[in-house]
Amino acid sequence: MNPSLTDLSFEEALAALETAVAQLESGDLTLEEALALYERGQQLADYCGQQLETAVLRVEQVTSDGEIVERPMTDDG
Amino acid sequence: MGFFNQSASEPDVWTVSEVNRYVRELFEIDYRLQDLEVSGEVSNFSQARSGHLYFTLKDDAAQLKCVMWRTAAQRLRFQPQDGDAVVVRGRLSVYEAGGVYQLYAETMSPAGRGNLALAFEQLKERLAAEGLFDVEQKRPIPPFPRKIGIVTSPDAAALRDILHVLQRRCPLVAVLIAPTLVQGPEAPAQIVRALQWLDGRSDIDTIIVARGGGSIEDLWAFNDEQVVRAIAAARHPIISGVGHETDFTITDFVADERAPTPSAAAERAVPDLSEMHVLIRERRQRLTAVMARQLQQRQVAVAQLRRSLTHLSPRTRLENNRQRIDGLNGRLEQAMQRRLEKIRARLALSQTSLAAVGPAATLKRGYAIVRRVDGQIVRSVTAVASGDVLAVQVVDGEFETVVRSS
Repeated sequence: MNPSLTDLSFEEALAALETAVAQLESGDLTLEEALALYERGQQLADYCGQQLETAVLRVEQVTSDGEIVERPMTDDG
Repeated sequence: MGFFNQSASEPDVWTVSEVNRYVRELFEIDYRLQDLEVSGEVSNFSQARSGHLYFTLKDDAAQLKCVMWRTAAQRLRFQPQDGDAVVVRGRLSVYEAGGVYQLYAETMSPAGRGNLALAFEQLKERLAAEGLFDVEQKRPIPPFPRKIGIVTSPDAAALRDILHVLQRRCPLVAVLIAPTLVQGPEAPAQIVRALQWLDGRSDIDTIIVARGGGSIEDLWAFNDEQVVRAIAAARHPIISGVGHETDFTITDFVADERAPTPSAAAERAVPDLSEMHVLIRERRQRLTAVMARQLQQRQVAVAQLRRSLTHLSPRTRLENNRQRIDGLNGRLEQAMQRRLEKIRARLALSQTSLAAVGPAATLKRGYAIVRRVDGQIVRSVTAVASGDVLAVQVVDGEFETVVRSS
């Protein structure tokens, strides 16, 4: 039913987290559903936090030949 | 002697001074020469110790001597140099002592500026009339871009600034740079090509067009009509970050969002994820709080049901019944007790009455009961015959007697 976490972008995970919170707050759920949502929400929050911690800007540049090459992002730019 | 008081009687031979003054007066009666603008290239520029400027204006074929007095020179907003294309405004007259005519300059400005400013205004008006700057044309900037395209010079400080800001605010984003010249005659075509290449990609969310600060000439490529039209035609939202805060290019007007500098363009392009940490923490707290509330609600519900259940259990009913039985038992006993007492009282009464009507009391008063031997009580003389033995009962005992006659 739920897509795997790693398939989600940060934005999607954040939106899913918001949805889980909202659904849980609406309260019209069985205990089993509520617990599943809670667990899913915690996973999403972990995933979002983790993404933020580990993210490194990925920079590419197109060459005059139209090739896309990685451009290292050094501390001094 | 002068132009107006000349007469035919004057001698034919003139002094040098007379000639030069005459020519000067000829210059000065022509109003067109008294206020004119001349464009040309500066050469032989020199600044005297007095502060006056001496130079020559020239074009391909001719030269014109110029002088600018110190008071006018002090108002100049740039330092003229040999080779500068300028527009000089002033009056033309004759320096009598030198026998030369020259331009007495009041103002001087770089030639490009005036023309560029004019071209800028004309293009801007034309494109505005076409609706290219209309608010309805503006595409919204995605709040969470995954990939940002950058059109800029690959080695300039502007790009470093942009990458720094992106790394600091939103390292989740990916960047694709389409390098281009950003000034000079080649720049507009390259900018258009880089922009269109990025715009044709489907993995790009937002495009930044950037260049660091510079003179109006340096930024001119971003006033190029082809560049401006390419930006207007782009599918993807475009943020401009050209020059400094005070610089405006037509690119700024046509872009979906105008940022004052390249760094500012990067800030507009991505969310600040330091705010995201706060947001995620807040959502996690809400999640936990809601779950706790849900559990508590259920606990309360369970406790209530448990109470109801206890109320309805057979054990409780049994206990209730037992109590009822006990109650009934008590009432039963009391009722029995009362009834017994009544019976006892009635019995006592009956005994008394009985005693009153019984034979014993009669015997006491002197009566006797006479029975035959068969036990029959004798109530008539006909019941006995002479010679019968009879038993006579009196109060204190019995005796026998014989009938003598009847």
